[in-house]
Amino acid sequence: MIAEIGLAFLWLAGVLAGLQLIIGAIGLRTDRAEMMAGVRPIAMVQGILVGLSFWCLVAVFMQSDMSVKLVALNSHSAKPMLFKFAGTWGNHEGSMLLWVAVLGVSSGLIAAFERALKYRTHIATLAAQAAIALGFYGFLIFSSNPFERLNPVPLDGQGLNPLLQDPGLAFHPPTLYFGYVGISVAFSFAVGALIERDVGPAFARAMRPWVLGAWIFLTLGITAGSYWAYYELGWGGWWFWDPVENASLMPWLAATALLHSVAVLATRDGLRAWTVMLAVVAFSMSMVGTFLVRSGILTSVHSFAVDPTRGGFLLALLVLYIGGAMALFALRVGTVREGNQFDLMSREGALVINNLLLSVILSIVLVGTLYPLVTEAMGQKISIGAPYFNSAAGYPALLLVVIMIMGPVMRWRRDEFKAVMQRIALPLLATALMLLGLVLARPDVGILPFLGLLLAVGVGVGSFAPLWKRNLRRTPLFTYGMVIAHFGIALSLGGMASESGFIKEKLVAVNIGESNTVGPYTVKFLKIEPVAGPNWTAMEATLEARRGDGEPMILRPQARMFSNPVTPTNEAAIGTVLDGQLYLNIGEPTPDGRWQLRMWWKPYVTFIWLGGILVALGGFLSLIGRAVREKSARARKASPEPFASGDILV
Amino acid sequence: MKAKHQRLTLAVVAVVAVMGSAVLAMSAAKDKAAYFRSPADLAKAKPPAGEAFRLGGMVANKSITRAADGVSIKFIVEDGGHATPVTYRGITPDLFKENSGVVAEGSLDSGGMFVATNILAKHDENYKPPEMAGVQHKTNSLQP
Repeated sequence: MIAEIGLAFLWLAGVLAGLQLIIGAIGLRTDRAEMMAGVRPIAMVQGILVGLSFWCLVAVFMQSDMSVKLVALNSHSAKPMLFKFAGTWGNHEGSMLLWVAVLGVSSGLIAAFERALKYRTHIATLAAQAAIALGFYGFLIFSSNPFERLNPVPLDGQGLNPLLQDPGLAFHPPTLYFGYVGISVAFSFAVGALIERDVGPAFARAMRPWVLGAWIFLTLGITAGSYWAYYELGWGGWWFWDPVENASLMPWLAATALLHSVAVLATRDGLRAWTVMLAVVAFSMSMVGTFLVRSGILTSVHSFAVDPTRGGFLLALLVLYIGGAMALFALRVGTVREGNQFDLMSREGALVINNLLLSVILSIVLVGTLYPLVTEAMGQKISIGAPYFNSAAGYPALLLVVIMIMGPVMRWRRDEFKAVMQRIALPLLATALMLLGLVLARPDVGILPFLGLLLAVGVGVGSFAPLWKRNLRRTPLFTYGMVIAHFGIALSLGGMASESGFIKEKLVAVNIGESNTVGPYTVKFLKIEPVAGPNWTAMEATLEARRGDGEPMILRPQARMFSNPVTPTNEAAIGTVLDGQLYLNIGEPTPDGRWQLRMWWKPYVTFIWLGGILVALGGFLSLIGRAVREKSARARKASPEPFASGDILV
Repeated sequence: MKAKHQRLTLAVVAVVAVMGSAVLAMSAAKDKAAYFRSPADLAKAKPPAGEAFRLGGMVANKSITRAADGVSIKFIVEDGGHATPVTYRGITPDLFKENSGVVAEGSLDSGGMFVATNILAKHDENYKPPEMAGVQHKTNSLQP
């Protein structure tokens, strides 16, 4: 019964989205107030209905209702409760329903709470949201119905892919979807502003929280996904340049660029057309990301089902939306008046270079991701991996980091090169000292890790330069946000460079009682014995890791066998200390009774994810800081220019 | 610079930068791509020693032998009538076994031995590396 109700809610929400689009469009065109007045309530009801529909799906998963096909195919009654819940989106249909539910709910939130936009732009934004949602409602209802029944009802389900049976599943997909959907909201704002010829600082200030919010979620989603792959897949790597990872990186790159250009638009009324263009690009990238992951064109742990009609449907949506967005932009860009001027040597100039470099990196990642798909369509199978991406995207990324040291201390409109250099004297000095230290101590790391370490120090120190000589108590919260986010980038960069430069690896077959060293640790193999979990059995090794005279760490890697479905997996054991991680993995027994053991010592690898979390935290502080500023600005309506030009904006 | 020209300059610079990087990326991608080859392809034309590519096929029956160090293995990848010997040092993926499909990353050494640096993991029984689908069509020697 719950499944039927869920489907009914989904249909109703889809019909309301259609209505929202139609009366919004006609109302705007004919300027009929009574029609436009209907748009906001409809959007709110639509959000509630699609939210309820998603909740119905969660309910059938929690109850393990095996008469629902999706549950039977992807769940099992013996599965732990957390995975029954999170398993709702651990499959194609459920994750698409989550997508459209997040979109619908955010539409409802904009309808209910958005105050900064002009009325007509607000209505146009909601109509654009409905247009995006409508395609996905169609996709769900006609080709991926999550509530389909199964007859006869099976005794039990087929279970969830064991790699997905991890707390990461409860967190990683929803955060990324919030990110993707947040970007689509920003895009709807841009469409609304283009239609209403309203591109300006007010529009930028209304759009910014959504861009910022989406970007925070994308940052968290990517960070979580990277750590999840790192400990779950047991390959010891934190980034594989897998097309699915790139699918989340590309929207992040575009959103990062958008975030910085929207600051120029909001503060200086510059980069108008450029900002709108970036919103279009960011949306296109999140659509490409959804397409890559959901169409079944890539075979990976992320593509749950391969069904050509779905791929076709999604591709049609992709072409329709991206084509439509580009066409609208091309038609209307002429009506966007030119914004304010600036010098190349200015904060705007630095942000433009930031945007250009991010766009360059984006196009490099896009080419590397799509190229194998294109050649495969022409009959030649290739794969493009780290050698391409590291060398092609690495250098522009490092150049971007250099700009990151300078940009935040530059003044708006125009600045003097000499003055800027004086303001970043300290980071420059730190970089020089690091260079000296590196040349003296470690000339044997690769060029990218070398430059990475160097610049990590430069940016690490430089990220605090905007606070230099300022009254710290009167510095606005969003400035702290920027400082923390930039420092997070430095930390992350340092972690990546240190891990790839100084990693130690050892692969051995060991007897019980035998010791081996890796990096600073001596690892002794104590015992191995069978253990059992709720839906798996495993061989669990017990190892003791000692470093000097310190307290030993006990680590227990497992070779697991899941029962539903029958799948072997490898559970790494990771020992975290302040200056890095010891990563242990066991393989199989050798014929003479030894066990394969793979050990890595990864200095400062944790900084990669710690940095990611700081970046997101910085974004969050900016979001709060901005909201507080907006509120007080609205309270003092007398002041027409709420932003002093000396403010640092992120 | 004339005020009016700033937007135009920006647009031109942006287009040139993005297009230029895309073109450069395209040629770099061609350069650094690892091609997918089967033993049958290698019988026709061998890539030079040291060039990275992906070798795909079936692990031949009773071909896996283990070295004394416990972590190195040798096996034969076959595809139709052709076979390529492979060495690998590392922990093999969970579903690596004889008479089942495999994709190995690595390069040939001077003696024609494929030195694998990575053996692609299957995620579950149903997972096939994307490349395997085509091989199946070509040779009919692979079971799903």
